[in-house]
Amino acid sequence: MSAPVYISGTGVITAIGNDTATNLDALRSGSAGMGPIRWLETRHQGQLPVAEVKSSNEMLAEKAGLPAHFSRTSLLSTIAAKEALQNAGIPDLEKWRTGFLSANTVGGMDKTENFYPAFLQNPAAGRLREVVHHECGAATEITADALGIQHYVTTISTACSSSANSIFFAARMIRQGLLDIAVAGGVDALTRFTLNGFNTLMILDSQFCQPFDENRRGLNLGEGAGYVVLVSEKVAATLANKPEVQLSGWCNANDAYHQTASSPDGTGSYLAMQGALKKSGLKPCDIDYINLHGTGTQNNDVAEGTAISKLFAEAYPPMSSTKSFTGHTLGASGGIEAVFSVLSIQQGLIYPNLRWETQMKELPFAPVTTLQEKKVEHVLSNSFGFGGNCSSLIFSRIN
Amino acid sequence: MYIRSAAAVSPQASFEALFTGAAGYQGEQLSCIEPDYTSYIDPKLIRRMSRIIKMGTAAAVESLKAAGLEQPDAIITGTAYGCLADTDAFLSRLVEFKEELLSPTAFIQSTHNTVAGQIALLLKCHRHNNTFVHKGFSFESALLEARTMMGENEITTALVGGVDEIIPASHALLRRFGLYRANGNSLRLVDEPAKGTMAGEGAAFFVLDAQPSGDSLARLDAVQTWYKPAAANVVAEGINALLAEQGIEWKDIDLIVTGRNGDAGDDTLYDLFKKDIPETSFKQYCGEYPTATAFGLWLTSHILHQQRVPGVEGLKPRRILLYNHYQQTHHAAYLLSAC
Amino acid sequence: MQTLKEQIIRQLNLNDKKPEDIGNDDPLFVEGLGLDSIDALELIVLLQQEYKIKLANAEEGQTVFRSIRTMAQYITDRQAQDAAAN
Repeated sequence: MSAPVYISGTGVITAIGNDTATNLDALRSGSAGMGPIRWLETRHQGQLPVAEVKSSNEMLAEKAGLPAHFSRTSLLSTIAAKEALQNAGIPDLEKWRTGFLSANTVGGMDKTENFYPAFLQNPAAGRLREVVHHECGAATEITADALGIQHYVTTISTACSSSANSIFFAARMIRQGLLDIAVAGGVDALTRFTLNGFNTLMILDSQFCQPFDENRRGLNLGEGAGYVVLVSEKVAATLANKPEVQLSGWCNANDAYHQTASSPDGTGSYLAMQGALKKSGLKPCDIDYINLHGTGTQNNDVAEGTAISKLFAEAYPPMSSTKSFTGHTLGASGGIEAVFSVLSIQQGLIYPNLRWETQMKELPFAPVTTLQEKKVEHVLSNSFGFGGNCSSLIFSRIN
Repeated sequence: MYIRSAAAVSPQASFEALFTGAAGYQGEQLSCIEPDYTSYIDPKLIRRMSRIIKMGTAAAVESLKAAGLEQPDAIITGTAYGCLADTDAFLSRLVEFKEELLSPTAFIQSTHNTVAGQIALLLKCHRHNNTFVHKGFSFESALLEARTMMGENEITTALVGGVDEIIPASHALLRRFGLYRANGNSLRLVDEPAKGTMAGEGAAFFVLDAQPSGDSLARLDAVQTWYKPAAANVVAEGINALLAEQGIEWKDIDLIVTGRNGDAGDDTLYDLFKKDIPETSFKQYCGEYPTATAFGLWLTSHILHQQRVPGVEGLKPRRILLYNHYQQTHHAAYLLSAC
Repeated sequence: MQTLKEQIIRQLNLNDKKPEDIGNDDPLFVEGLGLDSIDALELIVLLQQEYKIKLANAEEGQTVFRSIRTMAQYITDRQAQDAAAN
């Protein structure tokens, strides 16, 4: 790749931890974040397990330095993005052109759904402050303003591939000299809207999910935010801690099969992974670990698994779904799993696919079920969403 | 980047109609004149598509046809509000039935990338597909992504569009922020500044090409955005720099197309750009909404191609500056040339 | 079965169809009416809303929704079962 794009920092908040170090500990110790619904007000409390960030809005607001009545989405986003930028340790930040490229699917819906009952009765009812940040872009701007990032700000929303897409758009902007630094990734908070939406599609698991298992029953919804800080070579040269990881490949491809279901042979998934490999100049056998999209639904796992068996044709690398830890964080999943992929290389870790028992009959391989410590050079991270939107990212060790 | 074609579903019937008799609207909003969608979309698929998806799909199909392109290398859309009708339908049932008996269709359609996804489905296009949802930058971000993909030689053509709709609930809500004037007359919107603008909606799609083709409508030389500029002169200086980068001066600009929306407060910012250059506006035709610049670009592309300007006699512009701001915080400038 | 057809046309927005167009034994999915997995979910909601019948999982729908006749039969059977249980 001509102009490399380096990762100089990570920031993450999920059901398994409020920062990178805590998430890493949980990944190492195999501690999943699913449990009964605690903070979201819904009739499904006590019935559906979710993977909530273990904090109330008040606690998050304090950590974020934002008003407690702000949308949970903006609170989560600000916490993770702040950590990422701090973590990146860039001296003289003001002299560089920095962008914030975020992603989400819910925007301020957690507030809007509280506003709606009164509004439906009477269009003049309801507090406007509950909906002033409804738009997806509003959550992004709350974080950008908190971070003092102004040079370029945008938001992507493509369901479950959203934050993967913002990461490689940011990379292109850096390679073409439009930005020096980019905080890129995404966020999503749990809402009644999404919980009920997925319940209506009958793809939620009433137990803790089992991705890539023959007897899987569906997904557990999660929430959180994950960002990586991408920098140009020029910025990297000024850093005290030299970056160890770069973004070496990416691709977005469309299944174009059905609005929500993936094609049985995983066309979109196959094309995304193949495209990312081509972009990076790597061969399938160069990949040391695949961080699967692995939601645990009947449809995704067989489509993704079929695509992998075709592309890797027997040279299957170790793979696992960290959604078995964090649940499916929707728009945030690409960003959160990007952070996990970076950590995998930095720490030399391959994470287990939790609660896995039986190999899927369609697939000639199984995910890893115990933590592995070994040198990791190249990681492929998959994020596949509604609308057939399939994205794959490749992270590589800098040698 | 070259604009090979530009098609829109908007409150106006066509570019031609702007010369013979533009459509005017009374009240607080402008509404789209909608085509017969069955001529664009298979009736079997239409049954599940809400209005905004039909609007976007029709404009997209029309622009591909006009460009003579079957498969673009990328499909990128911008929408600030997304699929409002489906969001409202799902949310209303959520409230009414207290989280029971909800509509799977409304939920699925409510995701912001449904328009882009449906277009891909219709075309069976497996290429890059993305959707930007960032307020007054939604459309500009889509254009920028197309440009950066061409810069990487990942694509040569792109189908890029901007789309937003009005539904009764969204209008009822937005008007509470004091954005709109009570008894607007859309064709006089810009000429009679007052407090408040009029709400608009529309879908505008473009086929962009890294290379010129014999019949390109216009060349897009530059697009730049400014987020919450610290002072008024930041944008002015930015546009000066944009011109300098193209090796041109203000005297080389033949026409300025502005996003004046009739709101006296918002429109004072445009006075900073008053030069001795003919000026025209576009929101009297499409109304005010976050992706209105897509309509502005549609208008500008056709002006450059046909060498005529609605409302300005005898002008044959070779270079146009399109400048817009959304709620004074999101500024965008486009430099275009005739081919 | 006539009522059922009207309800299905409404629920699935099949604007160009009338009840007469749907044969009692025509396949509903893939061929015939050509419905898909999202329509199946909508039919599950319809059963719950109009007939107070809850399907255990989406897979049950594959047998139940084979044709208008199988749907009608299922509704009758379930309503009898539920009545007997009460």
